[in-house]
Amino acid sequence: MNESLSRRRFLSRGVTGLSAAWASAHWPALLAAATHAHQAAKSAAPVKLGFFTSDEAKEIDAIASRIIPTDDTPGAHEAGVVYFVDRGLTTFSVDDQKTYREGLPALQARVAEMFQGKSKFSELTPEQQDEVLHSFDEQNAQGRQRRFRTSAGAQNFFETLRQHTIAGFLIDPDYGGNRDAAGWKVIGREREHMFQPPFGYYDKDYPGWEVAIKADANEAEKK
Amino acid sequence: MPEPIRYKTSDEVDFVVIGSGAAGGVLAKELSTNGFRVVVLEQGPYLTEADFTHNEVEVLQRNQLTNRPSLQPTTFRKTPHDKARRQPALVYGRMVGGSSVHFTANYWRFHEIDFIERSKVGPVPGAALADWPITYADLEPYYTKAEWELGVSGLAGASPFDPPRSKPYPMPPLPVKSGGVIFERAARKLDWHPFPAPMAILSQPRPGRSVCVQCGFCESFGCEVGAKSSTLATVIRMAEKTGRCEIRPNCYVHRVEINANGRVIGAAYFDAKSVTHIQKAKAVVVCANGAETPRLLLLSTNRQFPDGLANSSGLVGKYLMMNSGPSAMALFEHPLNDYKGVAVSRILHDFYELDPQKVGFCGGGGLDARFDMTPISFATTGYDMGGLPPGTPKWGKEFKATLAHNYTRSLEFVSHGTSLPVENNSFSLDPNVNDAWGLPALRMTYKDHPDDLKLGAFLRARILELLDATDAVQKWASPVEEQEFAYHLLGTCRMGNDPKSSVINADHRTHDVKNLFLCDGSSLVTSGRGQPTLTISALAYRAADRITALAQKGEI
Repeated sequence: MNESLSRRRFLSRGVTGLSAAWASAHWPALLAAATHAHQAAKSAAPVKLGFFTSDEAKEIDAIASRIIPTDDTPGAHEAGVVYFVDRGLTTFSVDDQKTYREGLPALQARVAEMFQGKSKFSELTPEQQDEVLHSFDEQNAQGRQRRFRTSAGAQNFFETLRQHTIAGFLIDPDYGGNRDAAGWKVIGREREHMFQPPFGYYDKDYPGWEVAIKADANEAEKK
Repeated sequence: MPEPIRYKTSDEVDFVVIGSGAAGGVLAKELSTNGFRVVVLEQGPYLTEADFTHNEVEVLQRNQLTNRPSLQPTTFRKTPHDKARRQPALVYGRMVGGSSVHFTANYWRFHEIDFIERSKVGPVPGAALADWPITYADLEPYYTKAEWELGVSGLAGASPFDPPRSKPYPMPPLPVKSGGVIFERAARKLDWHPFPAPMAILSQPRPGRSVCVQCGFCESFGCEVGAKSSTLATVIRMAEKTGRCEIRPNCYVHRVEINANGRVIGAAYFDAKSVTHIQKAKAVVVCANGAETPRLLLLSTNRQFPDGLANSSGLVGKYLMMNSGPSAMALFEHPLNDYKGVAVSRILHDFYELDPQKVGFCGGGGLDARFDMTPISFATTGYDMGGLPPGTPKWGKEFKATLAHNYTRSLEFVSHGTSLPVENNSFSLDPNVNDAWGLPALRMTYKDHPDDLKLGAFLRARILELLDATDAVQKWASPVEEQEFAYHLLGTCRMGNDPKSSVINADHRTHDVKNLFLCDGSSLVTSGRGQPTLTISALAYRAADRITALAQKGEI
């Protein structure tokens, strides 16, 4: 994330020395250049892990994939959330390292407690995985919570990972997550820096302010 | 363009302006244009369009553009009898341009009533409601100047409730969005009077500034194309071009220096390495916002002012007002795509001025339809209100399906209303918590006046009425609650003619110190109806005229 930021800054810095009028006139070109820089940053996208071991990454990916599952549309896995989280833990989210270091083993202990002979979240079936994650709900469907011996630290970890997963799924793809804008495709957000009206269903036939006033007045008279 | 001027701290400049936001930026430009030598000391960094991004994590979660709770902690309590606890209590822009960089850009004028409400409605128990020492008519030319110089899109005459204006807006309204159309139609069904929102965002280009590109990242973000009319994109550049104004970033002012004759001689600040410097000046104008301005005065104690500089009234930091207003969300059948474009395209002011005899409280407000949630905020139930309906699972298949369906189909309806000035509501210095520089942290004391909560219930009912007039397939509203977090920081060094009941006079001069002026949200006597930024900039234009006249007569 830092890398792509600094690339962008470097790229745009040169412009600030020029007249602002130049910048304005050349905005579309600047935009294209910026986009190009982001693409370049993206193609150097993380293939190497900086914080997690590959075993840990497999577990994180499995948990994230239950938070935003893959169905007929992409989920956290396709959006590369695990790489966003991995990079975050060595950059913008350094303070959460402890939460992950202690939380993942605690969650795995919960796995072992709930499913005899299992020690990894990623080894469970999706149904079993959901059962583990639901054990962190404040209340279960019956309004009662089964008591577990294993640590409460896992709960904080799961909540932190939940937030990171959503961030990694929905952040602007220029900033190290949401690979191929998968998350934005799911929610229907176009990946553009500029938009033009009409924007949506309800404004596409808007007749303009003056006409709208009269039309509404006529309708009121009919009533 | 020549290199901007640099002064030495030992140069006695004409004015030090502390803060570069909606007020400080304007004063810097006006005073330097009028021939004065000006140094602006800004706490935050000097960022420009090239630095602004759509990075939600950096901007919203890591406070790239705002005060930093980790370094600048705040505490909160409801009343002076409670023990304050450490919690985030406020947000403000911390960069050159201040909050005018990251605000949503709603740009309402105050109306006549805001200046004379006390005379009109009489005393309100539990509130120190007061008339301003100036009227709407006094400020009108400066509203016009702000709208034209900074650049505001809007449609004059579109609202029957608008106060008189000497000139129309300099440019037409921005395009209406689906949310605006839904709002407009529903409001007209109820015989209300919706109109195009006045926004400090360009619908027509200006030299060096692009028109709005409808990217949708207005609230909380800096505009990458200079379309938002922040002081950064406008007057600060004009100030630097005069060759007489230095904008000095990363300067955290912690003391206004005063001599034995009771005159201000400069401002002491920490630079980026926490080294203290004192910039000398003939006069100081504090524009640090409604929280940091009173804090700076309270930090600047001396023998003459043991309770804080210019605080003989004991009112520095008091009468904090932060506007209020509940909101509601609605879901529609078809995509609105309101994530595109500026946050707000239609508003209404039918409830701006209410009759206290009829409604049973003092106050009023406005309504808008908006979509100002970035994708992560929208999906994070529990962060603020989030954009998802209550009861949506926080993860899993149903969470994803709801998110996927709702994001383009959701709309928020927001009310904005008055806060009454209450003496206990205040910013003060926390005796137990320090910031990262070892200075006492801001302590906020706040409990909404009962009338503010009644107004909230009233506006909430109007929102629900409006929602009933739409085709929304689902709707839900936040409850009316006492506030514990401030976006608008108002009233804490109020203006008035009586030195016993106010901190500054109508010229923005402190009653106690002849060459010390204050101008920002702290100057406001009443809160307005929820959008204070234009009034803060208009006051700054007026203050600059007053201060210039005083200086030219040798009366500073």
